[in-house]
Amino acid sequence: MNELLLGLADDELVIGWRDSEWTGIAPMLEEDVAFSSIAQNEIGHARAVYELLAEDADALAFDRPLDAYRCAPLVELRLLDWAHAIARRWLYEVADEIRIAALMEDDDARVAGLAAKINREEAYHRMHAEMWRERLADTPQFRAAVEDLWPYAAGMLPAKQREALAARAHRSLPSDKLLLGKERGGHTEQLAELWDEMTMVRHSAPAGAQW
Amino acid sequence: MSVVWEVFRQDRKGQPFEHAGSIVAPDADFAEAWAREQYGRRGESVALWLVPREQIHTVGDWADEFDLKYRRVDGYSIKARLKEARERAAARAG
Repeated sequence: MNELLLGLADDELVIGWRDSEWTGIAPMLEEDVAFSSIAQNEIGHARAVYELLAEDADALAFDRPLDAYRCAPLVELRLLDWAHAIARRWLYEVADEIRIAALMEDDDARVAGLAAKINREEAYHRMHAEMWRERLADTPQFRAAVEDLWPYAAGMLPAKQREALAARAHRSLPSDKLLLGKERGGHTEQLAELWDEMTMVRHSAPAGAQW
Repeated sequence: MSVVWEVFRQDRKGQPFEHAGSIVAPDADFAEAWAREQYGRRGESVALWLVPREQIHTVGDWADEFDLKYRRVDGYSIKARLKEARERAAARAG
C-alpha cells in the first residue's frame, strides 16, 4: 500500500469530517454553505484516492483498526472556535498544495492524473482559505490559532517538504520539541472519538448500508 | 461592512442571465467564493454576474394618468381576433 497516498486519502477524509462539524453553525449562512461544500469536496477526494488504492473504497476507509490510519494529527483535532477552524483550513491548504504538486509529477500516470484533477478543485479551496486569512490576519484570535497549529501543519509533511511550507506560511520551522506528538505517524486522542462516530453506520451494518 | 450582492446566473452559453438570489458579503472575493458554492456547485451555472445591490438603478414608478390603453398589449383582445382569423382561414381552406 502506498503510504503517501493513504496519508493523503486519510487526511482528506478526516478534515472533511471535521470541517463538516461546522454545518449549520458556521458564523454566516453563506459561509456555512461554502465550508460544508468544501468539506464534502475533501471527502470526494478521499474517495477517489481510496478507489485508486483498493477495490472497495468504503472497506479501506472504514474497516481498518484505528492505528492503521495514516492521517496527520493536524486534521484530527476537534476545533471549537472559528479562528482555529479557519487557521487549520488555511495551513492545511498551504501544505496540501506542496504535497499535491509533488504527486502531479509522480511516475504513475494514474496518480499524477488524479493529483492534477484534485488540484483543479483545491484551487478554489485555496482561494477561499486565502481570503479568510487576509481578513483575519490582524486579529489576535487568528494569530494565536496559527501559532497553536503551526507545528501540526509542519508535522503533516515529510521533513524534505517542510522548508517549502515554512517559506509559504512565512514562519520558521518548529523545534523537535514542539513537533513532539504532532507529526504524521502518531495520533491524537481525539481521533478515537471521531473514528467511533465515523464508523458507526459501517459497524452497525457491516454488509453496507443502503441509502 | 457587508453589502448585499445580487446574483444572476446563466444556465447555458447564449442564454440570458436570470436573477438567482442574493449574498451578503464584505467584499468581491467573499461574494465570489460564496456565490460559486451557492449557485454553481451543482454545475447549474456556466457564469454568474455579481452586482452590489446599491449599484442597481431601479425604475419602478409609472405615470399613466390618461389611460392610454392603445399603448399596451392588453388594449387589444387578441384572443377573440385570433379566433376569428382561425375560422376565416379554416373556411378558406374549406
